[in-house]
Amino acid sequence: MAEHPTHRGRIRPAPENFLSEADIAAVKEGRRDFLRKALITASAAVAAPGLARAAEGDPNILTLPPWTTSLGQAVAAHPYGLPSQYEKGLQRRESPGLTRMPQVSVAFTPLQGLFGIITPSGLHFERHHQGWSDIDPSRHRLMVHGTDEGFVKQPKVYTMDDILRLPPVSRMHFIECGANTGMEWGNVAVPTVQYSHGMLSCSEFTGVPLRLLLEDCGVDWKKAKYVLAEGADGSSMTRTIPIELVQSDEVLVAYGQNGEMLRPENGYPLRLVVPGVQGVSWVKWLRRIEVGDQPWATKDEAIHYIDLMPDGRHRQYTSTQECKSVITTPSGGQLLLDKGFYNISGLAWSGRGKIKRVDVSTDGGVNWRPARIEGPVLSKCLTRFNIDWAWDGKPAVLQSRAVDETGYVQPAYGQLRAVRGTKSIYHNNAIQSWKVVESGEVSNVQVL
Amino acid sequence: MSRFSKATLAAALAIGLAGGVTGALADGKYSGVGRAATPAEIHAWDIDVRPDFKGLRPGRGSVAQGEEVWEAKCASCHGSFGESNEVHTPLIGGTTKDDIKTGRVASLAKGDAPQRTAIMKVATVSTLFDYINRAMPLTAPKSLSNDEVYGLVAYLLNQAEVVPADFTLSDKNIAEAQARMPNRNGMNTDHGMWPGASAARDGIGNGGKPDVKNTACMSHCKTEVKIASLLPVYAEAAHGNIAEQNRPVGPVRGKDTSGKAAAPAAAAPLSENAAATKLAADNGCMACHGTANKIVGPGYNEVAAKYKGQADAESKLVAKLKAGGQGVWGAIPMPAQTQLKDEDARRLVKWILSGAKAQ
Ligand code: HEC
Ligand code: HEC
Repeated sequence: MAEHPTHRGRIRPAPENFLSEADIAAVKEGRRDFLRKALITASAAVAAPGLARAAEGDPNILTLPPWTTSLGQAVAAHPYGLPSQYEKGLQRRESPGLTRMPQVSVAFTPLQGLFGIITPSGLHFERHHQGWSDIDPSRHRLMVHGTDEGFVKQPKVYTMDDILRLPPVSRMHFIECGANTGMEWGNVAVPTVQYSHGMLSCSEFTGVPLRLLLEDCGVDWKKAKYVLAEGADGSSMTRTIPIELVQSDEVLVAYGQNGEMLRPENGYPLRLVVPGVQGVSWVKWLRRIEVGDQPWATKDEAIHYIDLMPDGRHRQYTSTQECKSVITTPSGGQLLLDKGFYNISGLAWSGRGKIKRVDVSTDGGVNWRPARIEGPVLSKCLTRFNIDWAWDGKPAVLQSRAVDETGYVQPAYGQLRAVRGTKSIYHNNAIQSWKVVESGEVSNVQVL
Repeated sequence: MSRFSKATLAAALAIGLAGGVTGALADGKYSGVGRAATPAEIHAWDIDVRPDFKGLRPGRGSVAQGEEVWEAKCASCHGSFGESNEVHTPLIGGTTKDDIKTGRVASLAKGDAPQRTAIMKVATVSTLFDYINRAMPLTAPKSLSNDEVYGLVAYLLNQAEVVPADFTLSDKNIAEAQARMPNRNGMNTDHGMWPGASAARDGIGNGGKPDVKNTACMSHCKTEVKIASLLPVYAEAAHGNIAEQNRPVGPVRGKDTSGKAAAPAAAAPLSENAAATKLAADNGCMACHGTANKIVGPGYNEVAAKYKGQADAESKLVAKLKAGGQGVWGAIPMPAQTQLKDEDARRLVKWILSGAKAQ
């Protein structure tokens, strides 16, 4: 352990958090020890008079810090708890220039710093088409009816009181925007996994199966082929959902997210959960369900969320999020601090079911090793994978490749482009590559 | 407590009576949950229009009437002709008379259109009606009358030369407009990404068969690793300081992309375009300008287009950079770029006027 720098439990943002170009140049010149020096200097500066003691040991051990030698803060100082002040780097962010109005935009989840499979609710990605509102739940209504009489026996209106009375289920599922990684179809465009893959989140959702509500209204399963889901926001977002998914009991009318109510940005007080299907179908602020027998070709299934193919036609009603994975650390924009052991960690998911396997390559896809899959492995849910890696300080290209329970293997960029070209915008599930250079710098690259 | 529940009960009764909500509850398993929807309630919310025009409410509006509403309520964001790129991709443009004949927008296959406008993509006129009716104008959705929506759709279709200038669109003739939609034959539903019943079973798509097949090769899978694309310099700098977007502890740190770090050790000389790209990134220009899109200031492509062929543009823009100013592109000022050396300012302007290429 003496070989390793002591970068633990820093009190203040110390200089080693921000490697300068000069530091990087130093590494490039082979002075790999610079980091250790920088760290010791930094520690010394924080815990003066550390310099004299540096030889004896870590001043963070030898000089007791204030939290060990004083009374801490009171309970409920934050009635709704907040992350540590040192975690402020991990926030939702917009990608500059991607959209032109902040109400009609997207904020990405900082996947580069998250663990496990659950996305903290405050970091769940945001995509709104006409801004978000904090809806008064006592004034929110859900209407269920048919395109004509005959699709349901009794059209009904439910209040939140009603919905919360019904028997709930809780399920963990990923939600991914159909345009996730869309900026990268033609070439590398963004620096980090937050921007390349951050329209991806995963939560435990609690709600009522939509099937239960349709049955409560006396749906005619023989006539019903599709449902239209509609939001209560200004855009009154609408999407067509296949009845088979509703019948399978998977589609939920959800109010709960990670143990509390949905966040307003994620549809408070009610949203649709459509496991395995792109986020736009998970209609937020859900106000209406119409049962019918033809798809609706709504704006977001006829002008957007359609995939342009090389023959000039658009694929319409593409909804399933196919099997995909990404290494979240080390990933683009990060710096490896030294040679030696690293845990490569990432996420895998499939809109067609469970993840069966994830393979990882550190040589750009020439050789692969199976990664450790961390439990639980759930259908249409994020799955965390990890694998050991000893970095020898030489250039490397890190990739992950997921396989789902249908046997589908996540494709390479070359394979995907051969069929779909580069202008599809939506549904880019290609294998992601991160290049590592001698300085430890990791960057976004594409390997065909 | 008892006073509270009485008040609630009274309120509930009042609402129940005022709304006339007395319809029989479906006598199912969940008795007491939910109530019957009234016809008026369904009428108020059920505004969707399907491609076969189911749901379309009778009405009419002429191109001229539509133009008037358009100028008052839409042009500020979408431009007078639906051509504006200001807040959203243009609505109109990029379709031809020939496309109207074939029902396929030819430039989508050729890939030569600078951008894909809404009219180039949309196959169904019902979509335009339904969406404008439910969501536009952006800041006052659902404020348009039914006839205004007919007029607006007529106006947009006229801009795309789908209907003549003296056309009045109505529920009676909307099918004629549909038959002339430039991309009406441009959709394909034969794919594996519909999670419901397949077309063969009266649904959509091929039943979930994927279009791309990879295999899980484990060793010696290829002879060469070809890096097809790298991160452009400006893209890294345009996303803020990545050091501040990572945790301050752990196996990795974020790279400092603030541009404030010490100058790097001299590397191989950069090409003129690469050097200018870096200069723009280092000087924070890319925070306000995209190479191909407006951010706070105009996109460099727009600047290049505006000054194309003007001999004095270079010196004028160099002076503008150093002094800052507003009014040419809008009310937002550009701060004076006083940190710029003269030769760097000239280099940047030359680069912008020549198309702001990365390499
Ligand atoms: C304040 C700016 C603003 C005004 C005013 C406005 N729009 Fe829009 N419009 C937008 C934005 C932004 C979108 C994209 C919404 C989205 O992404 O979901 C849009 C989308 C559209 C679309 C769909 C096309 C597409 O590509 O998504 C149509 C059609 C449209 N507007 C028509 C109109 C009409 C008609 C009016 C006037 C009644 C109008 N708009 C007024 C900002 C505006
Ligand atoms: C804080 C935002 C901001 C920054 C930083 C910025 N600009 Fe601008 N820029 C603007 C705005 C706003 C305008 C439009 C001014 C106007 O309308 O006259 C503009 C206009 C311009 C124009 C066109 C001027 C004209 O009169 O047509 C050029 C060229 C330009 N900027 C280049 C640059 C370069 C190069 C840099 C970096 C050295 C830079 N800008 C930095 C906001 C910015």
